[in-house]
Amino acid sequence: MTPLTFSAYSLMALLFQFLNSFGFIVLATVGLAIIFGMMGVINLAHGEFILIGVYGTALPYHAGVPLPIAMVGGVVASTLFGVVVERTIVRRFYDRLLDSMVATWGLALVVSQLLLIVFGSSLDSISTPLGNVDYGPFSSSIYRSIFLPAVALLVLAGLYAVFTRTEFGIKARATIEDPETARAMGIDTDRMYMATFAIGSGLAGFTGALYAPALGSITPNRGSTFLVESFVAVVVGGPSVIVGTLSAAGVLSVFNATGSFFFGTFVGQMLLLLVAIVALRALPDGITGYVKDWRQRRRAEE
Amino acid sequence: MTHESIPRRSVLASGATALGISVAGCSGGSGSGGGGGPTVGILEDRSGNFQLNGTSKWQATRLALEEINENGGLLGEEIEIVDPDPQSDNSRYQELTEQLILQDDVDALWAGYSSATREAIRPIINENEQLYFYTTQYEGGVCDNTIFPVGATARQQLGIVTPYLADEFGDDIYIIAADYNFGQLSGDWVNVLAQENGYNIVGEEYIPLDETDFSSVINRIQSEDPDFIMSMLVGANHENFYDQRATNDLENIPIGTSTAMAQGHEHIRYDPPALTNVYAGVSYMEELGDLRDGENFVDAFYERWPDANYLNQEAQNNYFSVYLWADAVEEAGTFDQQEVISVLEEGRDISAPSGDLTLDGATHHMEHEMRVARADENHEISFTNNERIGPSFLREEVEGGDGCDLREEDKTTQYVPSDVYDV
Repeated sequence: MTPLTFSAYSLMALLFQFLNSFGFIVLATVGLAIIFGMMGVINLAHGEFILIGVYGTALPYHAGVPLPIAMVGGVVASTLFGVVVERTIVRRFYDRLLDSMVATWGLALVVSQLLLIVFGSSLDSISTPLGNVDYGPFSSSIYRSIFLPAVALLVLAGLYAVFTRTEFGIKARATIEDPETARAMGIDTDRMYMATFAIGSGLAGFTGALYAPALGSITPNRGSTFLVESFVAVVVGGPSVIVGTLSAAGVLSVFNATGSFFFGTFVGQMLLLLVAIVALRALPDGITGYVKDWRQRRRAEE
Repeated sequence: MTHESIPRRSVLASGATALGISVAGCSGGSGSGGGGGPTVGILEDRSGNFQLNGTSKWQATRLALEEINENGGLLGEEIEIVDPDPQSDNSRYQELTEQLILQDDVDALWAGYSSATREAIRPIINENEQLYFYTTQYEGGVCDNTIFPVGATARQQLGIVTPYLADEFGDDIYIIAADYNFGQLSGDWVNVLAQENGYNIVGEEYIPLDETDFSSVINRIQSEDPDFIMSMLVGANHENFYDQRATNDLENIPIGTSTAMAQGHEHIRYDPPALTNVYAGVSYMEELGDLRDGENFVDAFYERWPDANYLNQEAQNNYFSVYLWADAVEEAGTFDQQEVISVLEEGRDISAPSGDLTLDGATHHMEHEMRVARADENHEISFTNNERIGPSFLREEVEGGDGCDLREEDKTTQYVPSDVYDV
């Protein structure tokens, strides 16, 4: 394969490649990061939550509903599914990390097999909207490289606002931090757990809805498409949901985009995993864990 | 094999495949194990990564066997079918293959979609000298005593479509292929064709099977500006390439392929123009119908399986190869696998929905009617450039030109292009 030569155009292509990768990693991760970071549940069915968003979008779309409205269907479907799962299964597994993995892994198998039985081996795919932007010899998809990364940033900003500026956000964080005191202060912690899980699964569904027209084939095993990047990003990002997701997606997509741009998709994928391994070894608590440590140490020194 | 040996083998089997047996319980309980009648095993994926292609292979195999049973069976006996779902999982394939051979004592086996699966079960097939039909189009070169790879090979598929595109559009080729044995060897075959005909390979890239983002690939293709692309991408993840190609208005660069359309029917599942100007080298597609007189395989298929998605190239291979086997059994007058193989090795003509084909006895491969299938701007399929192509690589090129002749010597090998060519 021929590495691309440096030019203004190829740098632009690299930038769009980075944005594409960044948008994907943020959106794939954010639902998982909330459920893991705030509730201590590792949701191995995260890919299937996203897939429910995809199916919830594709089914109404193929029935004639315009795409933006169909996407709302995807979000609603995954949110409702999240609430049901939280009430029946996940509530028994709070802060039981390993048990929650087994339970949600089983759930993932059940969901993808049910999708196969009910909707058959594939749904017709949806073409990517918005066309492309041309520059020199190159072009990039507007939807994947401009629209989705912008939405990803808006989602993170929205989450920041919800969890820091609203009463709900404060109560939710109090519940996660110290459930007993929160209950003593009159917070319905049970409801907070449910609401947080619903937000996490709703965001997974939102990702599914957004990627329904950028996924290519829609088959019952596509959930795994999102799983690797999202887990790697959670591990690299560390405990802080928003800053962690943002910084991990930034670092990972620089390596992924540069690798796949200059040396091919294989090198891009390898670099992503390599960064994850190095991060696990050097920063066991992720980027945000390291930053927190470093701040505490500096404060102690002062 | 003698009857005394069956119980002993069953005991061995139950020890070795305890897990597999417990699974067989859920698969319809058809494993009677040495019940006396003829038994055929089908291992085709109905769930997991390859279910999209595997399901219609399973359906067509069942259809052929059921047709034979409705017409009085084989040698006066009804054929029993054992067909658990291997779920696109190679270790499950290995368990089930052992189980079907040792416990269910199958007289013939149809199994596996991907080349990786075939290679995973081939040692078990060899060890037990099991008559095995592998029906997917593949990279070619398998020369193996008891295996009949009846799908078209890379040399047959790429050999029909690559020169056609070079004549039509020019000599600069960009290769993209899946990064495993099938894709790598298919890429080698395009290189061989380029050497033979003087084409230029301007770019070559092997892409991991779980990659879904092709924007960097598309940028590289744009920077090399080839006359056409040869694509041997595989699986649901890689299909995204065709959609991204349309998003980036690349449908004016034609694509030659051995994998798209004829298997995953992307021309139906994707809106135009994702597959516009994709040219597939195929032996069969549903759109071809049934070329035999007075028969309609496509109607019979949808009558039996009203919910089926598509009748793909591989399913047709399963269908005609069941009849190929049944013919050989009739002629041999027995289900004994070695005797059936001896009959098959005499070479046979068979009238298949895709045309009049010939089994080459020496190599266990088919002379196929190959054609170029093109999808137009509305994804309508048209066929051109019909040509009969034999398994020339195994017959005439390997072993310094002597070819592989399984009638003369025992072999369990796979030749690759680099055995003969400098690639």
